[in-house]
Amino acid sequence: MGIVTPEIGLIFWMTLAFGILLFILTKFAWKPILASLHEREKTIEDSLHQADKAREEMKSLQAHNEELLKQAKEERDVILHNARTIRDNIIEESRTKANQEYNRIIEAAKESIHFEKMAAITELKNQIATLSIDIAEKILKEELANKDIQKKHIDQMMDNINFN
Amino acid sequence: MFKYICLIVSKLRILNMQLSNKIKTINKNFWSFSILFLLFFATFQTTNATEENHEKQKFNAGEMIIEHIGDGYEWHIATIGETHLSIPLPVILFQDGKFVSFCSSNFHHGHESYQGFKIAHEGKYKGKIVHLLTNEKGEEIETRPIDLSITKLVLSLFMGVFLIAWLFISISRSYQKRGMAAPKGMQSMLEPIILFVRDDIAKSSLGEKNYKKYLPFLLTIFFFIFINNLLGLIPFFPGGANLTGNIAVTLTLAIFTFVITTLSGNRNYWTHIVNAPGVPWWLKIPVPLMPIVELVGVFTKPFVLMVRLFANITAGHIIALGFISLIFIFGEMQPALGYGVSIVSVVFYVFMGLLELLVAFIQAYVFTLLSALYFGMAIEEHHHAEEHH
Repeated sequence: MGIVTPEIGLIFWMTLAFGILLFILTKFAWKPILASLHEREKTIEDSLHQADKAREEMKSLQAHNEELLKQAKEERDVILHNARTIRDNIIEESRTKANQEYNRIIEAAKESIHFEKMAAITELKNQIATLSIDIAEKILKEELANKDIQKKHIDQMMDNINFN
Repeated sequence: MFKYICLIVSKLRILNMQLSNKIKTINKNFWSFSILFLLFFATFQTTNATEENHEKQKFNAGEMIIEHIGDGYEWHIATIGETHLSIPLPVILFQDGKFVSFCSSNFHHGHESYQGFKIAHEGKYKGKIVHLLTNEKGEEIETRPIDLSITKLVLSLFMGVFLIAWLFISISRSYQKRGMAAPKGMQSMLEPIILFVRDDIAKSSLGEKNYKKYLPFLLTIFFFIFINNLLGLIPFFPGGANLTGNIAVTLTLAIFTFVITTLSGNRNYWTHIVNAPGVPWWLKIPVPLMPIVELVGVFTKPFVLMVRLFANITAGHIIALGFISLIFIFGEMQPALGYGVSIVSVVFYVFMGLLELLVAFIQAYVFTLLSALYFGMAIEEHHHAEEHH
């Protein structure tokens, strides 16, 4: 059968043509094509990778931000709490101090009043003594002149003395 | 659909040409071998059939089919009325230590001899150029010279190679020009196939590490077989030659695979052939049964590649031609019957054509995949090393 017998001529031309085709395509077609395919795939992969990384970073950044926010809130709470405590303390302290001052002033006033009173009483006593001496002197003088008039004088004088 | 009708019409023309024989030809063209390739595409040889010798011969389907799937020294294109359109091709012969070269039109479609050479009509060398010698007894002896003629299949091979080279060099340019951008036009059509060969054939059989070395060869055989299969499906010039269904072509492809497999075979590969592990010793000594079986296997692998591609493509051509032949067989009995059968034949032909499109791809895929697997076997490292120690 003719169709199953390979012809030497065709084998020769086929080897030559296919060899040349293989060489030319390898050099001028497959190398650049495969290189650019590889490059494109690599670029796509890298881009995806970077996008993933960026997303990851964003996420961590967000978490960080949240953390910061939380810390800030906590700090604010602490500060507020402290402020409140301090305010309370100050109020308390001032109140105590005011009370003390008040008490001190009252005390001082009382003392002063007492002192003044004592002084007044002392002066009154002195005046009474003086008046009493004066009255006694006048009475004695009247007594010496007229008994009734002396008596009248004494009563009159006694009425005029105001004890208060 | 229109394409298919065209294909069928041109097939019919070729068949018509087959039916007319005993043609006297007037050769109008002279050419020199050096400008041959330029002339190929510009020169058509016209032959006029003379009426007196025009005798209708019975249509022989088998002969017609064998002629179509085989090679030829000229390329018939069509017969319009009585005028045959065919491309004469250069004959290059190596006889008695020197090259002889002339135009195949000198044979006048195989009816005349030239410079002691003629196309044998019967015998061992039927359809081939033979050298005529007369021995002492006066008998003519036909000897076959070394025939390096640019035959129909060689021309078809050259055209296929040019087409493939042009196609891929042009798309490689657009890759370089367009850079990172998405593929466009021809590039976007071929890129998925290139990626398919790379990822599903090369990477899966050879592994991520080794595939790069073999990828250019795998891509080249894939597209060589695929594009030539497709060209073979076009029934008129410049397609229609049964190139990938020729055993010399598939043999050469298989030899390329065989040579690459053998050259890349590592220690593990040869150890498996000479001293297959896990096989009882008495299969190796004293009669080296296993080594023989393994060695036969080395040669059967490319042989199977050769036969598979050859048989599939040739069978496709034979079936397609068979359907067309039916029209003429029935037409010779009764013209009306011929027209009736033509409807059925055309439907079947279209069906076969679609099937052949699939086969064109599958055969290219199978050839490439098996080549890749053989390379993979040749470079495979010993995986069971840990188990043995």
